[in-house]
Amino acid sequence: MKLFRRLLPWILLATALFILPAFLDDFRLNLFGRYFALAITALAIDLIWGYTGLLSLGQGIFFALGGYGVAMNLMLNTKSEAGAKGIPKFFENYGVEQLPFFWQPFWSAPLTLVAIWLVPAIIAGVVGYLIFRNRIKGVYFSIITQAALMVFYHFFNGQQKLINGTNGLKTSTTELFGMLVGSPDMQLWFYRITVLLLPIAFLICRYFTSGRFGDALIAIRDDEQRLRFTGYNPVPFKTIVFIVAGALCGLSGALYTIQSGIVSPQYMTIAMSIEMVIWVAVGGRGTLVGPIIGAVVVNYLRSLVSEALPEMWLFVQGALFIFVVVLMPDGIYGWFSKGGFAKLLAAFGVAPRTATYPQLDLDENVRAEPKSIAHGRD
Amino acid sequence: MELFFSQILDGLSIASVLLLAATGLAIVFGLMGVINLAHGEFMMLGAYVTFVVQNLFKPMGGILFELYFPVALVLSFIVTALVGVLLERTLIRRLYGRPLETLLATWGVSLILIQLVRSVSTAMLLGILLAIALGWIGSRFLKLKFTDKPFLPYISGLYWLLTSLIGIAAANFLSSIRPLASTWFGPRNIDVTAPKWLQGSWGKIGDIGLPGIRIFIILLSAVLLLATLWFLSKSVWGLRMRAVTQNRQMSNCLGIPTDRVDSFTFGLGSGLAGVAGCAITLLGSVGPNLGAAYIVSCFMVIVLGGVGNLTGTVLASLLLGIIQSVIGSGSLLTVFPNLPPAVSGVVEFFATTSMSLVLVFIFIIAFLQFRPNGMFPQKGRSVDA
Repeated sequence: MKLFRRLLPWILLATALFILPAFLDDFRLNLFGRYFALAITALAIDLIWGYTGLLSLGQGIFFALGGYGVAMNLMLNTKSEAGAKGIPKFFENYGVEQLPFFWQPFWSAPLTLVAIWLVPAIIAGVVGYLIFRNRIKGVYFSIITQAALMVFYHFFNGQQKLINGTNGLKTSTTELFGMLVGSPDMQLWFYRITVLLLPIAFLICRYFTSGRFGDALIAIRDDEQRLRFTGYNPVPFKTIVFIVAGALCGLSGALYTIQSGIVSPQYMTIAMSIEMVIWVAVGGRGTLVGPIIGAVVVNYLRSLVSEALPEMWLFVQGALFIFVVVLMPDGIYGWFSKGGFAKLLAAFGVAPRTATYPQLDLDENVRAEPKSIAHGRD
Repeated sequence: MELFFSQILDGLSIASVLLLAATGLAIVFGLMGVINLAHGEFMMLGAYVTFVVQNLFKPMGGILFELYFPVALVLSFIVTALVGVLLERTLIRRLYGRPLETLLATWGVSLILIQLVRSVSTAMLLGILLAIALGWIGSRFLKLKFTDKPFLPYISGLYWLLTSLIGIAAANFLSSIRPLASTWFGPRNIDVTAPKWLQGSWGKIGDIGLPGIRIFIILLSAVLLLATLWFLSKSVWGLRMRAVTQNRQMSNCLGIPTDRVDSFTFGLGSGLAGVAGCAITLLGSVGPNLGAAYIVSCFMVIVLGGVGNLTGTVLASLLLGIIQSVIGSGSLLTVFPNLPPAVSGVVEFFATTSMSLVLVFIFIIAFLQFRPNGMFPQKGRSVDA
């Protein structure tokens, strides 16, 4: 059993890398690649919400920025996308002659690979520092991040001349290494890259949540005043963790974009960012395995429901939000690891394995005792 | 100048709608610390109630039809207030003291409300009613049969799942009957025609006409605001609400029924949102996604104005509404044609509705750098305040 536990991550990784591609068709595999990309976002949100207690409703900013970074690079380096002036064709529709300045760095692939996480990280740093410096927290933090999200959404949505506005940037028709990005072979490679990057993101999150740094984060979540009174300044901790989360979201957005084939301001809607939070809540926040489970399960469910009954999805999603928050605050993973399953079995008469007297837990009289005490107190 | 003035009037009417919605949100937030993300959907419900009332009054025609709007105002308040109380009793109450979780749960509620309005049909309604009836009766029976059994919650959970599946199946089956299957509203936007006495102009100040609809909305929100203020400061329930807002535990100790105050307040806040929704129908067509357009602005009003102080809410919503409409319409350029090119370029850049929102939000985030607790922060001795 112990050996199995130690081998489990490797087994899962091998399954994702070799067995899933063999069994699933291209379309399904692509979907799973997207789920794993989204799982990185879920990890990032878990880092700031599950561990630090900052519920950000604006992670979509960083997600979309990563996506735009990769899409800009692909657009620039594709011959068939280029118009007469050597810049992407869509610019011609708006009469733009010259490439906007912020497109320039994305000619180069190495710079793009850095930018997809560095740009979100810098923005997260600025926004985070400005917010945390003023001790804006709790619900206010959520509202402000949501407002920041709306700023970015309206900006990207309204600026056709800079970034193609509502239409977004399409990556599936672009080329990389002479191959179409949307082709199954390319997608298989992106799937593999995603599967390999997910554990790395996991390890990064584990690095930040373990040790003294992680303890400080949990202290911020549980009682920030007390942490401050013991002489710590929570601002750098919060800012650093927000930056890391932003960078991870950017990476995840880039991976998601090349697999979904388009990046558009839709990634910055309020709904999308709150959905990201629910993946974490469903999987189990405050754990690192939970968000991955949550992202994959919820998105798989989403595909299933919206394929069968598209108009039912919002109902299911809404019910999921309410169910998880009210009845399952620890999420799936937390429910299992905190003994929820054993409790369920015990409720139906299957005794939990205890060192002492298993029958005692099922005895009617013993059960009734705490209740009578509770009644007596009333 | 006339254009500028009419832009100000436009801004004022948007600000009044914002004010109505934000007042409700601010009261609830101040009292319970609960962020209600479904608040925008309550506005949407109010708008749809207005639509229904209008359609009910249409066959009467003549004078009676002209009177539909006051009826719609009252009904939209009552209906949304009832939905709000129901929501508080069933859901919010379980999440007391967990504001972030409430935020997520109310978002779930808002999703359900949006989809409900989009796809509600008679068949669906019957299915839902069937599921609720079956579930309620059955869980009563289960409770009697398995009192104190440890597996009762699991069984009843499974049972509710079963009844909702039965409900879905029933709704699907009923959908095959043509007259039951058609949706009531559908996903498309709906239009409400304003009664005649609201259309057209209500007199003039100098050369500038006063559009009736806008003036009516401004008056409406002023009256409602005064009524709310009166209610909060003079009535018994208002006194209780203020007491609970200031110190919940102490009020509880002194015998104020805090749970009833909670439902009452939530109902009042939702009702105000419903009236705001009713007013929005006069400004243009409304759709199921109406809430999303207003909710963030409402939150901004609260953040900017500070909690537990209606003066802040009023000032903030006026500021937001006017800035948004004056900058968004680009009328600054027509009023001041001789701006230096650098400034006029900036003004032009922000002269669309969405870009003016960008500017307003940036302004708010900058403002919070100097006054992190809004314009009128609540004074207190706790560390947080």
